[in-house]
Amino acid sequence: MKYLDEYRDSDKAKLLVDAIHKKVTKKWSIMEICGGQTHSIVKYGIDDLISQNINLIHGPGCPVCVTPIEKIDKAIEIASKANVIFCSFGDMLRVPGSNTDLLKLKAVGSDVRIVYSPVDAVQIAKQNPDKEVVFFAVGFETTAPPNAQAVFIAHQQGVMNFSVLVSHVLVPPAIKAILDSKNNLVQGFLAAGHVCTVMGYKEYEEIVSKYKIPIVVTGFEPVDILQGILMCVSQLEEGRHEAENQYSRVVTREGNAKAMEVMYEVFEICERKWRGIGEIKESGFRLKEKYSDYDAELKFGVVNYSVEESGECISGLILQGIKKPVDCPVFGTKCNPEHPFGATMVSTEGACSAYYLYKEKKL
Amino acid sequence: MDKKENTTGMMSCPLPISDYDAITMAHGGGGKMMNNLIEKMIMHYLSNNMTSEKHDGAVFNVEGHRLAFTTDSYVVNPVFFPGGNIGELAVYGTVNDLSMCGAKPLYLSLGLILEEGFLIKDLEKIIISIRDACERTGTQIITGDTKVVDKGKGDGIFINTAGIGIVREDINISPSRVEEGDVIIVNGDIGRHGIAIMTTRENLDIESTILSDCAPLNHVVQKLIDAGIGIHCLRDLTRGGLGSSVNEIASQSQYEIEIEEKSIHVLEEVRGVCEILGFDPIYVANEGRFIAIVKKEDAGKTLEILKKEDDGKYASIIGAVKGKNKKGLVTLKNLMGSNRILDMLSGEQLPRIC
Repeated sequence: MKYLDEYRDSDKAKLLVDAIHKKVTKKWSIMEICGGQTHSIVKYGIDDLISQNINLIHGPGCPVCVTPIEKIDKAIEIASKANVIFCSFGDMLRVPGSNTDLLKLKAVGSDVRIVYSPVDAVQIAKQNPDKEVVFFAVGFETTAPPNAQAVFIAHQQGVMNFSVLVSHVLVPPAIKAILDSKNNLVQGFLAAGHVCTVMGYKEYEEIVSKYKIPIVVTGFEPVDILQGILMCVSQLEEGRHEAENQYSRVVTREGNAKAMEVMYEVFEICERKWRGIGEIKESGFRLKEKYSDYDAELKFGVVNYSVEESGECISGLILQGIKKPVDCPVFGTKCNPEHPFGATMVSTEGACSAYYLYKEKKL
Repeated sequence: MDKKENTTGMMSCPLPISDYDAITMAHGGGGKMMNNLIEKMIMHYLSNNMTSEKHDGAVFNVEGHRLAFTTDSYVVNPVFFPGGNIGELAVYGTVNDLSMCGAKPLYLSLGLILEEGFLIKDLEKIIISIRDACERTGTQIITGDTKVVDKGKGDGIFINTAGIGIVREDINISPSRVEEGDVIIVNGDIGRHGIAIMTTRENLDIESTILSDCAPLNHVVQKLIDAGIGIHCLRDLTRGGLGSSVNEIASQSQYEIEIEEKSIHVLEEVRGVCEILGFDPIYVANEGRFIAIVKKEDAGKTLEILKKEDDGKYASIIGAVKGKNKKGLVTLKNLMGSNRILDMLSGEQLPRIC
């Protein structure tokens, strides 16, 4: 399959592994931002293939993982209401709130539906005028434009029984928060290719020059990731710090202007809580005042919630690269994909879940 | 004593009630949760010396004859899907379960649960395809039952079939026969049925030409038996796909199994849809695929027979049985050449965000 097979080619991968080995002279810690990259790294055993001198730190770029537990509780409260059809991307349904999850809610009779596009949820609203249709608008910059588009279309067409529960997060503020942390170990980043498909990588140029750290926009297949690592290591070894683009078959410096246009039409930047990390300034999106009629939190009055995370979970430390999943005392025992304790075990793209799935029995 | 038992005076449920107080779709998904439900609840109360084998059907003696018996229920939606319908599926599925025991399928029962409002012309199409499927497999429906439920209490039509077959005295096919060095062979490309169903679901806007692999396996299994292949175990790759079936056999036989990813064939279209949805084809359902675990020296002959079948072009040797392993470890040598765990599917595969 074009654009996949050549990026899963073991011969090309071996050449890159050799090139990385030749380049590396000392220990480096590199963070891959995106959960999709973490998943590929563990699935294809990339961390086992490359030099021991490279410490891959698994970043916070899994939207399912970092959605705060109180937001899940809000989703559950809304979805429990009798006249609500609650729509979501599939992998959010399994994420546990304080007491239950959306899949279990569906099992006891709530109308919870998987949609593949947020615009489909608007369609469901039009087909069910006597119901309230709510879409769980989760994700990074990648899903923000289609989610914004759904609100935009509903507004244009006057579909008033549609609303969104917004929990959008943004990558650059998270990178800055990691770099500002006194515990930071990260010396270079592999930026998330699909986020940059929308946003471009212009905004990373300011970060590389301020923090003097290399950022390489990287794809998701094994060859992409190895090439990203090679580019990042080359910068580190040569003392450079630039925003480079490995994923040039998809990403441009300027990004997708049309996608950004609808995104900024509907959303504005706000403070956002990240599960496992906490509040990060200017790290999320909320609906603009003009679209407040589509805000499910206001519509259903589920504004103030505060929930304590499990004390045994160390996902915050894992998301900053200070600990690995295997360092956690409850990893693979009390905490597993069926009973996740925290952020990094809840989605297959979370670091703990990926370790459990592909490495657990080897331990 | 269990606290719950103390206060209620009743035996506590062996499945942790705090986790699941109601059935979820994942309990029927063919993965870990379904296995837990079967092991910890159903087998907890109902196991006996006949159920301990954990095979696709039960094999037993009746007055000198070795018989195989199995049952399966069919709830597929949509009822008519690209490459088949619920009727032929209900025949092939049960015939295939008998075949996996090494039995020659003979007679089937047919239980129909019809929802008020289901179209008579659709029912007729289904019954005709059941007749044709019986002809193709050399089986007969010899008893049945029909019930109708109120509108909204069913999903158009549900079918249950049970089947009886006869097993030759010298045949013993079961996970307990698996041995170190055995070779694992699949009879074709994987993932077609699950993706054919997925792409016809109304809320998924993907056009495709993928047809279900829905097909009977009794004739090909008979050819393997007739050729004198040393078959140790057979398993059809239905819900939970290849990944879950291999894990079931590994844990039932307590052997380590190693699978090689590059030898598993997945059609381009199937791969494409899987990539879009974030599915791993190794866990996607099939209805005409099985793995044969055979003696190493019979691998070539087995492959030759499987490849000669109409849909057998992509039959291939995909792995081997390693040493004894109590956990039933399954590893996958991936495309990069490194080994990783291939676990049983946990819950259902859900389309991911991005």
